[in-house]
Amino acid sequence: MAGFRKLWNRLPVVHQFKQSIGLQRGMLVTGLLITGFFLLIAALAPVISPYRFNQLRDSHGLFGAQTPPGPAHLLGTTSGGYDVLSRVIWGTQTAFMVIIVAIALSFFLGVLLGLLSGYLGGWLDRVLVVIADAVYAFPSLLLAIVAAIVISGGQSSLWGGVLAAAISITAVFIPQYFRVIRAETVRIKSEAFVESAKVIGASTPRIMFRHVLRNSTRTLPLILTLNSSEAILTLAGLGFLGFGIEPTSAAEWGYDLNKAVSDVTSGIWWTSVFPGLAIVLVVLGVTLVGESLNDLADPRLRTRRRAAAQTPADAAAISEPFSEGAEQVL
Amino acid sequence: MSAARPERHVPGVKRHAPDGDLAVRIEHLDVTFATDGGDVAAVKDVSLDVRAGEVLAIVGESGSGKTVTARSILGLLPETARVDGVVLLGKDDIVTVDESRLRELRGTEVAMIFQEPSAALNPVYTVGWQLAEGLRAHGNVTRRAARARAIEMLARVGIPNPSRRVDDYPHQFSGGQKQRVVIAMALALAPSVIVADEPTTALDVTVQAEILDLLRQLRDETGTAIVLITHNMGVVADLSDRVAVMLNGRIVETAPSRELFAHPKHEYTQRLLAAVPRLEIVDRPLIAATGVPPVVLAKGLEIEYPGRFGRGGFRAVKGVDFEIHAGEVLGLVGESGSGKTTIGRAIAGLTRVSGGSLRVLGTEMNGVRERAFRPLRKQLGFVFQDPGTSFNPLLTIAQCVAEPLIVHGLAENPVAARPRVDELLEAVQLPKAFGDRYPHELSGGQRQRASLARSLALNPPLLIADEPTSALDVSVQAKVLELFGELQKEFGFATLFITHDLAVVDQLAHRVVVLHLGEIAEQGSTAQVLGKPTDDYTKRLLASLPVPDPVEQAARRSARMAAMQAGR
Repeated sequence: MAGFRKLWNRLPVVHQFKQSIGLQRGMLVTGLLITGFFLLIAALAPVISPYRFNQLRDSHGLFGAQTPPGPAHLLGTTSGGYDVLSRVIWGTQTAFMVIIVAIALSFFLGVLLGLLSGYLGGWLDRVLVVIADAVYAFPSLLLAIVAAIVISGGQSSLWGGVLAAAISITAVFIPQYFRVIRAETVRIKSEAFVESAKVIGASTPRIMFRHVLRNSTRTLPLILTLNSSEAILTLAGLGFLGFGIEPTSAAEWGYDLNKAVSDVTSGIWWTSVFPGLAIVLVVLGVTLVGESLNDLADPRLRTRRRAAAQTPADAAAISEPFSEGAEQVL
Repeated sequence: MSAARPERHVPGVKRHAPDGDLAVRIEHLDVTFATDGGDVAAVKDVSLDVRAGEVLAIVGESGSGKTVTARSILGLLPETARVDGVVLLGKDDIVTVDESRLRELRGTEVAMIFQEPSAALNPVYTVGWQLAEGLRAHGNVTRRAARARAIEMLARVGIPNPSRRVDDYPHQFSGGQKQRVVIAMALALAPSVIVADEPTTALDVTVQAEILDLLRQLRDETGTAIVLITHNMGVVADLSDRVAVMLNGRIVETAPSRELFAHPKHEYTQRLLAAVPRLEIVDRPLIAATGVPPVVLAKGLEIEYPGRFGRGGFRAVKGVDFEIHAGEVLGLVGESGSGKTTIGRAIAGLTRVSGGSLRVLGTEMNGVRERAFRPLRKQLGFVFQDPGTSFNPLLTIAQCVAEPLIVHGLAENPVAARPRVDELLEAVQLPKAFGDRYPHELSGGQRQRASLARSLALNPPLLIADEPTSALDVSVQAKVLELFGELQKEFGFATLFITHDLAVVDQLAHRVVVLHLGEIAEQGSTAQVLGKPTDDYTKRLLASLPVPDPVEQAARRSARMAAMQAGR
């Protein structure tokens, strides 16, 4: 049980939560609440959503296009005749699916390449760095569009669409993981414990995976969260530009926004506001988590409680000498 | 140059206070830090005073609160610190004074000399600019006057040709000269107190001696009080008038230096003084087994670091001959830049040999391939300088010590290796339970023991120890050295012991090699090299070593001065 507790406290987000105080804790908690809320919606979408995302009619017949919010359709219907609330709820699921696939793909590839490039160095390193820089220089949305066209070729089933979006995002994100892990690896490579592993006679893969990799993953939770919010934006951007997922395959906020553009001028606000709000909130939630993790990971940015004024009893408790105990052992 | 300045140069006239007046008074100082692990009381109920013209040394081991105490005089504590008590500097209480007054006081009333001179100077400005910066920050000084004063200050701290060097950048100065510049900056506004935080720790012994001379001379000339923080008892004996000994945030003893060294009262002070390594010069002949080839044999060994494109490489080792016999402890001594660490790394196969011959355990290292050398690593242990970084922070001590056993196929996994690991931990006098701790949960000395256990895991015939005790406190160092000596006798491995500290070599080595700028200055038995040195450099090295005894050190100092005068 104690071991479990120890492990629990060392988990990325839990550990930082325990460290945080004041405004930073507020940011982290807000971010976690918003993200958790949307995760819950995504998981419960089939249960809480009044209709399917591609449902156009029920027993009373067609929903009708652009009906304002009312008892039958709490948030109204879109120009295509879908229920806005259901689209927003199901859209959460699509968004998180894309995030998970995109992050998983770019994470493993980026980390592996970064590790190899940083540790082995030489021509491999040079080539990979140049490629990563080249990808960086591209506008990421443009690259994602090209990737989407190449991958899906115009087809858009649910998984086809999700994968197309995810892989195109992956192409943009790999260089980020690559760079971070490579930089950490280069730093750690010169640490004494890596040299001591070399002196022991450990093989290169063993040094790379046992000694270097595990020590270079400190900043990963942070990039993971920040990239998640970027992934949602890229997906929404793709959908908005018409490279997303067809409404019959899955609900997608970007697509809905695209279709709502003409509605805005004619005073039909509900078709655009709710998908837009969903995008803003999810991005906000995930970014808040990421930013507060960033601040908490850096001891210089982390705020701490000022040392409390102490009573004599506290002072005695504090002076419990750790070093004296250590000296006795010596 | 203002009219008020010249009076400071008249010997005996003190600007701030007549001799014996209080420069700083600290009363009941408590400093508590808020950390992730809860509040830590770094300084507890400390009361001190320093008089004008006095050097007060604060000694203690790392974590004893000596630096925090000294920094509180400048109000240089991080935001997370809570300070209680009184730090009286002139009429101002640093604890309660506001930020703008504090800024006025810094530089004019109190200044600081840092440990690492290269880090204390800004690399993109000339030293003249940096000196002038301090002057211009306090009062309306013209550019020309500030420059003149900068040149004057550089001359004062013994920088040759100051009117030209004032326009040089920090990297154009040597380490000792940089520390002189830092001292000049501290002195520029004639503060009444200077806090010197380990001012010579980063310097070589010969340079250290010069800097200590300079500080003493400046104190005599200006009557500035100096608060000297150090862990080196030799430096204390050399410079200080009074000593305060700190332990776990408290002052356990304060006494005039001579009295403290002669009759230490507190039990901890006695322990501290007993632990300081001294030159005793014992002949320690090795009964060598005949007919056994030497473990390491270097002939005309050259090591060159490749230079940048278009520039030649840097030759760190220039044709060195030496050998290490089986079971022998060879002390490799030299100052920074002498190439001693490079030689150790070359023997371990971490640095390529570029010329000559280096045979390690029968294998020629000049042009050896990593694949061919890897099996030999089994027969070679390496102890690194900093025990803090030589362990993978994510593995437990037992896993770290088991690593060589697993790599060389003697154990399947850390669990299977555990019995042998426990045996090794026992050999280095660490409790078995420590195997389940992480490296950061051990103290420096304990980590260095664990490091020793790891290097001995495969029972190697050769051990390379690169400054294994220089990151440790003296009392810990003494215990690690003692343990090392015992293990060496028990297991009989040959050792290359790399260090800059002659007294440490004296405790362990059978033979000593003195390196100077990549060449061997002298080699021979320990007693001969340290007792009757023939080489000038070795003599200078020995004379510069401060002895932890004020009376003897004063005598040695005058002898060294006389030798220097005669040498000119």
